[in-house]
Amino acid sequence: MTQSAKTLTIRSSPHIAAASSVDSIMFNVVLALLPVCGYAVYAFGLAALLVLITAVASCTLTEHLLCRVNGKATTVGDWSVVITGMLYGLVLPPSLPLWMVAAGGVIGVGLGKFLFGGLGYNAFNPALVGRAILQAAFPAAMTSWPDLGGGRYASLPPSTLALPLTKPTYDGVSAATPLADWKFNGLPAEASDLLMGSTAGSTGETCALLILVGGIYLVARRMMSWRIPLAILATVAVCSGILHLIDPSRYAGPLFMLFSGGLMLGAVFMATDMVASPMTHLGCVVYGVLIGLLVVLIRVWGGMPEGVMYAILIGNAASPHIDNWIQPRVYGSLGGRSA
Amino acid sequence: MNAALIDLFGGKTFAHGVHPPESKDDTKGLPLHQFPFAPLMIVPLSQHIGKPAVPIVGEGAEVVRGQCIAEPDGFMSVAIHAPATGVIRRIAPSPAINGKMQPAFFLEPFAASTQEVLQGKPCNVETASAAEIIAAIQAAGVVGLGGAGFPTHAKLTIPEGKQVDTVIVNGAECEPYLTTDHRVMLEHADDVIKGIPFVLRATGAQRAIIAVEANKPDAADTLRAAIPEGAPISLEVLPVKYPQGAEKMLITAVLGRQVPSGGLPLDVNAICINVGSTAELGKLLPQGMGLQERVITVGGPGIKKKGNYRIPIGTTLRFILETVGTEEDISTVVMGGPMMGSAVSSLDIAITKGSTGVIAFTKRETGAMTSRHEYPCIRCGYCVDACPLFLNPSQLGLLANLGRHQEMAGEFHLMDCFECGCCTFVCPSHIPLVQKFRVAKSAVRKARAAG
Repeated sequence: MTQSAKTLTIRSSPHIAAASSVDSIMFNVVLALLPVCGYAVYAFGLAALLVLITAVASCTLTEHLLCRVNGKATTVGDWSVVITGMLYGLVLPPSLPLWMVAAGGVIGVGLGKFLFGGLGYNAFNPALVGRAILQAAFPAAMTSWPDLGGGRYASLPPSTLALPLTKPTYDGVSAATPLADWKFNGLPAEASDLLMGSTAGSTGETCALLILVGGIYLVARRMMSWRIPLAILATVAVCSGILHLIDPSRYAGPLFMLFSGGLMLGAVFMATDMVASPMTHLGCVVYGVLIGLLVVLIRVWGGMPEGVMYAILIGNAASPHIDNWIQPRVYGSLGGRSA
Repeated sequence: MNAALIDLFGGKTFAHGVHPPESKDDTKGLPLHQFPFAPLMIVPLSQHIGKPAVPIVGEGAEVVRGQCIAEPDGFMSVAIHAPATGVIRRIAPSPAINGKMQPAFFLEPFAASTQEVLQGKPCNVETASAAEIIAAIQAAGVVGLGGAGFPTHAKLTIPEGKQVDTVIVNGAECEPYLTTDHRVMLEHADDVIKGIPFVLRATGAQRAIIAVEANKPDAADTLRAAIPEGAPISLEVLPVKYPQGAEKMLITAVLGRQVPSGGLPLDVNAICINVGSTAELGKLLPQGMGLQERVITVGGPGIKKKGNYRIPIGTTLRFILETVGTEEDISTVVMGGPMMGSAVSSLDIAITKGSTGVIAFTKRETGAMTSRHEYPCIRCGYCVDACPLFLNPSQLGLLANLGRHQEMAGEFHLMDCFECGCCTFVCPSHIPLVQKFRVAKSAVRKARAAG
């Protein structure tokens, strides 16, 4: 027995810890997004695959290089930038020119994440920052949805490989997203088409079912707040339901509103970005209701057919304030008996 | 309610908290064993919250096991008794768990002694007044054996104008690895039941509720069977959750009352007493004996002969580890449980009345904790969902980084934090929140003391 010769390691309690870590949470989000990405490639072919690869590569590379330039250890190992890249790719039109994809990725991560201080400090979801920049810079390209049709696995639309800073050309029949069809032409889509994803739209927003599966996986592993998506979806359903009852010919029904556009992807994977959403349960509900109201407001009365992106970005901006207003009610601070 | 039903349907408990691995299987089935006497014992004069006891025997004095060797210095102080028959070699400073040097008896037991325990004036619960019971408890040197070390007689002295309706006997034992209370309830249920009337009589409370977590069904059954017909004692089985054994959490779980922030259990007409302390009262007072040994779980991956031992107060960690044997790569020794216990910096520290466990970890477990990468806070809210006091550990952590201690203590109730460790346990960013809070609390206390 030579205990005295040995070194005792001392550290502050607790001396045991749960097996959770940031990188494992982030990696599980990546896993949950993989089926959505897979379906995107199935639905939109080679173009979608290239958009996703370009998105992930540009985001990851940007973070890696910015860390290097600033003399820090690279942070790509925490997987959070991979999620950003995937989400960013999933909210872009599948035929978007790749140079635009890359430019938005660089700006989204550089401006939306790194400039704020990196993981944990980004006020906004970086993927949506990238998309918002593109929406402002290239409104036409961001709302072009060519029908990629049967040849989608063998050939690319001409717009995909457009040279940087040139105007992309689109050929073939242009499809309309269900939301645009409704807004501008008054045509509703079948709920089953929306659920299964056989409609036009951004790369990854069309199959609500796979998005829900991914979300349920993360909720079951306690890696996602279920309150946020539920509050958003319930608010949208209730508001659009009331409007639909008032005038069914002017206002689309709740099922259509829930399953069209980027709502499902946004509610499940975007609004739930831990960094940019509130921490308390009540705060999450308030945040979700706010986003839900904004979605309905923009979709119904706004100039654009879709409003999920702006709704979430505004929700992100409100999040720290929600956290300030809604602090946990400290044990014993009220006196008397608890419920 | 039946323990299996509680697992299925839940039961009375508090909100938030965590479920660390229980790690109790290694020792919960092992009966209590008497530990041998160390060749030299170090008995600190301060083993409790309050003033250190005053020695009444000098260096060179021969003492008998159980003999009072130091008397309480005022009300917030308790007596100290000799843990063995032997000779006081020195009264000198010795390292304490908090890193400071504190005066202690250095006692060398006589090898040939029978180690018969000295008995004194018995205290009869039927005839003694509340004041007599309080005095007897102070003279017996009983303190909170759950780890706090608060003098039991002081806790049971109800100030003018306050009333206690319920005494909660705390057998939750929610800390992982620890099984001392479990074994005491199982093997000394009669002492627990004998101790409760002393507590009721001293406080004037009408009833006692023994609270046991559902992972100790055998202890609950044994105790329930030991409750005499018509006694004002009941037993409540609670779902397993950490930190249910914390006073505030236990009161909320059992009675549904919230102790006010900065207040005491007395403010909601309740007191909690550790089940081990209660058993000691039931054992010591009827025979007029003093507390000179206690039950301790010696366990963890670094220990070979894990078990629950009756260890004389003053036994050094070195002697304990040498006796039970340790793994080659032992690297951290914790006094208390792994959630709230302290990692010791020296093996010359002795067991005191507040020591609940000696848990040893090997390089494997220590390495897994120390090598973890610390990420920035990602505002996941896990800590907010874990904190049993509904504080905001995330926000407190960010404020601690900025040194905004006054704001932490004011708006964010830092001083309510009792360092249970839930926030740090769940944090996926591996931020040492509790450590930051300790530093901040100490800064706040210093600032307050400075005026």
